[in-house]
Amino acid sequence: MARATSPRRKALTTLAAWSVALVIFFPVLWMILTSFKTEPSAVAMPPQLFTADWTLENYAEVWQRSDYPRFFWNSVVLSLGSTLLGLAVAIPAAWAMAFVPGKKTKDLLMWMLSTKMMPAVAVMIPLYLVFLKLGLIDTRIGLVLALMLMNLPIIVWMLYTYFKEIPAEILEAARMDGAGLFKEIVYVLTPMALPGIASTLLLNVILAWNEAFWTIILTTTKAAPLSAFIASFSAPQGLFYAKLSAASTMAIAPILILGWFSQKQLVRGLTFGAVK
Amino acid sequence: MKMTQRALLGATVSLALAGAAMAETTITVATVNNGDMVRMQGLMDDFYAKHPDIKVEWVTLEENVLRQNVTTDIATGGGQYDVITIGTYEVPIWGKQGWLESLNDLPADYDVDDLLPAIRGGLTVDGNLYASPFYGESSFLNYRKDLAEKAGITISDAPTWDEIKAAAAAMTDTEAGVYGICLRGKAGWGENMAFLTTMANSYGARWFDENWQPQFDQPEWKAVMTDYVELLTKYGPPGASNNGYNENLTLSLQGKCAMRMDATVSAGALTDPAQSEFADKVGFALAPDAGLGKRANWLWAWSLAVPSSSDAKDAAKTFINWATNKDYLALVASKEGWRNAPPGTRTSLYANPEYAALPFAKMTIDSINAADPTNPTVKPVPYVGVQFVAIPEFAGLATSVGELFSAALAGQKSVDDALAEAQALAVSEMTAAGYIK
Repeated sequence: MARATSPRRKALTTLAAWSVALVIFFPVLWMILTSFKTEPSAVAMPPQLFTADWTLENYAEVWQRSDYPRFFWNSVVLSLGSTLLGLAVAIPAAWAMAFVPGKKTKDLLMWMLSTKMMPAVAVMIPLYLVFLKLGLIDTRIGLVLALMLMNLPIIVWMLYTYFKEIPAEILEAARMDGAGLFKEIVYVLTPMALPGIASTLLLNVILAWNEAFWTIILTTTKAAPLSAFIASFSAPQGLFYAKLSAASTMAIAPILILGWFSQKQLVRGLTFGAVK
Repeated sequence: MKMTQRALLGATVSLALAGAAMAETTITVATVNNGDMVRMQGLMDDFYAKHPDIKVEWVTLEENVLRQNVTTDIATGGGQYDVITIGTYEVPIWGKQGWLESLNDLPADYDVDDLLPAIRGGLTVDGNLYASPFYGESSFLNYRKDLAEKAGITISDAPTWDEIKAAAAAMTDTEAGVYGICLRGKAGWGENMAFLTTMANSYGARWFDENWQPQFDQPEWKAVMTDYVELLTKYGPPGASNNGYNENLTLSLQGKCAMRMDATVSAGALTDPAQSEFADKVGFALAPDAGLGKRANWLWAWSLAVPSSSDAKDAAKTFINWATNKDYLALVASKEGWRNAPPGTRTSLYANPEYAALPFAKMTIDSINAADPTNPTVKPVPYVGVQFVAIPEFAGLATSVGELFSAALAGQKSVDDALAEAQALAVSEMTAAGYIK
């Protein structure tokens, strides 16, 4: 039975939640506000949250100086491509690990996760050389492969967790009804795990969209996504803060909107299996 | 009908031939995001009008990201870039490695003898010019003339450190939010260590002796660090250990720094009434010395170079000739005024009466001429570079040392401890790298 909550307690909880949310969102809000300021207002000391001279000039200049649609399209192709390819590889892998585990399955899962702990820079030169020899530098297919491999441990782990929640008996029943392996995975397992697959997809699209190490190292002009677009407006001395903020806002806007509309799936996916 | 067909066929063949003759060479230019480079991208119509057969694709990146990408590409012979923007730190190292194409064969109208000797010297290895300077800078002192007058002091054009210390004490008015001196405190080989290395040069200190033995245990470094920490602790802004180029520039634009020592390239902003209400009150002076014959000013140039791995070297050199030629300076001046012409590369710019009339022009050229990358210190050294040591290990080592010195400034450790740790670190790194046998 749910515990009764007093209005006062509810109000306090709501206030606390909003405060935490505001603290977390504040840097993004600051960036969005800065994108509408002039450069001098953007670096004014002491910093000003609001300014008297709002402007759209930064957006106009960023749009004029860069081929935003090309960067945007590359981001879409790379994030969706790597995630879909990753799911195609990870669903059978997670099925095997969840329903027909071997002696070393746990070790294999841990090993996969441990690759995420390796600093990317450690394999920068070897991977760059491999890409160079295979002619994959500055190609979308190369980046799709790289991002897919990078996120594969997370995809496999997430799917493994969801699949473990599904009773093996249902799959057995399907098998007894004559379903082969392919049909079992595609027509029985996948529809049942769809919420989990959807949240895995969303999370990995976000991870791939935000990736800013390999996507900058392995591209120059043709396959460069929005991470490279932001980097092109960044200066170490902090010059052009307002334009950098405008470029960053343009880069995160699509994923922010996607995240907003799919937050239910994301929360459900991330907390799935947390309480048994 | 036949006539029409023939005419169409003829026109098609002509177009095809014309297309072949105009075959485009595409070059990829990797560059940093700063005002001068952004301006150049806006002036590309002039380049295309003169060279319609060359298409330029830009890869603009933040300085540290650019350095990482370009180094990876050039070290692996990747050939992704045809023109790269590099600094005076990389040119001697990469030139020696054979990673850069010599620019000795640029056309006569490039006028290599017009390049400022100090800048040209820093970009030349064994007689080969490996990069063409796009803009050059040194460092100097900017100060508020009105505050100096109010305090009853005069800052000479070529001050000593003693003058600076006295002026900082006289002009500090913390209640009014005015700090006597602003210097870089943020850790980094291009931040606090750029300044501290030049200060060390003027105090007779050096990074290494002739046998690559680190020198942080010598009394000259103790004097440098003691004075630096004292100056900023007594007369600097709060949180000075977090302040880099931009933070100090912002404070200066707001009139909060009575004096500041930093890049000459900031003179344009400081004297621009649109950016600072103190624009007409700014004075300039050379970086100080300690009477030992070396001033505390650096030398840096962002330059354009062609990697040996480029497969469009001729087109790349054509672009570099356009972007760093005297004509380009005139082009910028014609569009945006002489104030915005890239400074610090050519003698002819400073001979131009219109440019020479700008308030910062003379001090900039005098500062650049006062720096000598091949002979940067009072005592002899085995390296090239004024505010850096042109060896591959320097960037990492200097950033680590910079963190120690920044901690000393923040009061987290004593000057003695910071110097002792810097010495131990440098000995260890230089031994591991094989410089110390």
